[in-house]
Amino acid sequence: MSEPLIVAEQLIKRFGEFTAVDGIDVQVEKGEAFGFLGPNGAGKSSTMRMIACVSPITAGRLRVFGLDPATQGADIRRRIGVVPQLDTLDVELSVQENLWLYGRFFDLPRPEAKRRSAELLEFAQLTDRATSVVESLSGGMKRRLSIARSLINEPELLLLDEPTTGLDPQARHVLWDRLYRLKQQGVTLVLTTHYMDEAEQLCDRLVVMDQGKIVAEGSPRSLIGQYATREVLELRFAADGNAAAAPQLEGIGERQELLPDRVLIYADDGEHALTETHHRGLQPESALVRRASLEDVFLLLTGRTLVD
Amino acid sequence: MAAMGTPGALRVASWHLTAFRRFWRLNLLSSLVQPLLYLLGLGVGVGSLVDRNTGSGQLLGSASYVAFVAPGLLVTTAMALTAGESMWPVMGSLTWQRGYHGIAATSLEARDIVFGHGTWMMVRSGIAATAVAIVLACFRETRSWGLLPGILAAIAVGVSFAMPIMAFSINVKLDGAFAGLQRFLIIPLFLFGGAFYPISQLPTVVQWVARLFPLWHGVVMARDFSVGDVDWAGVVGHTAYIAAWVVAGTWIAIIRLRKRLYP
Ligand SMILES: Nc1ncnc2c1ncn2[C@@H]1O[C@H](COP(=O)(O)OP(=O)(O)OP(=O)(O)O)[C@@H](O)[C@H]1O
Ligand SMILES: [Mg+2]
Repeated sequence: MSEPLIVAEQLIKRFGEFTAVDGIDVQVEKGEAFGFLGPNGAGKSSTMRMIACVSPITAGRLRVFGLDPATQGADIRRRIGVVPQLDTLDVELSVQENLWLYGRFFDLPRPEAKRRSAELLEFAQLTDRATSVVESLSGGMKRRLSIARSLINEPELLLLDEPTTGLDPQARHVLWDRLYRLKQQGVTLVLTTHYMDEAEQLCDRLVVMDQGKIVAEGSPRSLIGQYATREVLELRFAADGNAAAAPQLEGIGERQELLPDRVLIYADDGEHALTETHHRGLQPESALVRRASLEDVFLLLTGRTLVD
Repeated sequence: MAAMGTPGALRVASWHLTAFRRFWRLNLLSSLVQPLLYLLGLGVGVGSLVDRNTGSGQLLGSASYVAFVAPGLLVTTAMALTAGESMWPVMGSLTWQRGYHGIAATSLEARDIVFGHGTWMMVRSGIAATAVAIVLACFRETRSWGLLPGILAAIAVGVSFAMPIMAFSINVKLDGAFAGLQRFLIIPLFLFGGAFYPISQLPTVVQWVARLFPLWHGVVMARDFSVGDVDWAGVVGHTAYIAAWVVAGTWIAIIRLRKRLYP
């Protein structure tokens, strides 16, 4: 039995009086794609930074590759790749210079740094922009470059903090594809995201965090099965009608959730719930039946939507 | 255990070098323009006035006023350059561009960044002082072998300003603080630090303030070398004092950067 790649036990991070990470237990196995999900301020980045050995833990126990970040930080960092929430690229330098220099930081011999850079440019589909100044790249290209750069030391573990935030759908799909390939090559992925579809696409297993605590853990499918119904009926009523309609919907489906802009009805058969709604003489402006998603799990667990 | 490779400071310095290479002509030119303007404006203009007054040569201890000012310019150039390079760029690497955060995520750490900055500031001071020295060597009045050790004094002074200012810049929240530092420290030192006249001309209190900072110590050494009247005990004392500034600045910078990069 090999020890998991990351082991966190009762991990705590405080900033002064404020507790950002409040006693979480996490294990990530080698080769896994693991996600931290949660709203703004949940403590995702704080956790990632502790794992990346750029933020000392306040209390608890943390091991990465079986090493202690407090005393062996540099040895751990040598073996991981980090894509931080905010890019740290050198915007005045060219795309390839960014890669070469990062290779130099890891003390790769110059020819080796250049060889890997060329490969990574290919991987990130940036070969034709190799000599462009980073400032001139689009947001999606910069993010791809950040990922490429984080791979220059051929890491065993890749930490990605909101890799696709702010990207358009197409750019996100390109990135997902790249990450999927890395996973196939055996790189362990740990990522944070606000996007449920991203987590469902990429993660084998995830934890939902809220206010520094883990509120649920499992595979995307198992979480949905455990916390949500098979389908969800989304109803929108005319201005201010949502709150008025909610009491009249009582009893339809298994559970209801009143949001500012719509009412959600959790039911295994969404169409049936809609028929029932019409039977009660309610006339929603729009009605949509969809499969339950992680978003619903999150809503149920925290009473809040993920992206405000 | 990992094998010892290239020292971290050199890896960081090569990062600075790459960025510098993009604009090196502009950079070099701008660090040359100022000393040359002063050399011409003050050295020639004021110099003709000073040199006409009997006894000034005796007071200055040099053949002419231009010869007196030249080594001072060598050293103040290094100070002005490294002071500026240790303000906005340091803050920018932590806030706007976050380059230091990128480095801190690799196997390097705060100490390497600070040593790398120091190494790079030595190189930059060396380049700028050499360029000024080459220009000075073109004129008969300022030509001297003493310019060579003068370059070393300039490098020492350059680093002795770079490190404490780096330590200061690490926690600066608003870049207005830098304009203040320029106005209330760098420019006054430039004017009152002994580059343009012996500080013995100043009130005692001001003399002591000038002695407190490393600039005057470097200027005195550079001038002694160029005049060819070297007091070796003095050189040891001045060098030790400048080194103390370097060590203290480096030490504080590492502690502060560590706190800042690994909160
Ligand atoms: N260096 C710091 N000093 C003080 N407080 C901090 C610091 N870093 C984070 N925090 C606080 O810790 C809490 C958790 O922040 P964190 O960045 O981990 O959240 P997050 O889940 O990544 O949120 P987001 O989705 O917005 O990125 C926030 O309330 C934040 O203000
Ligand atoms: Mg975050």
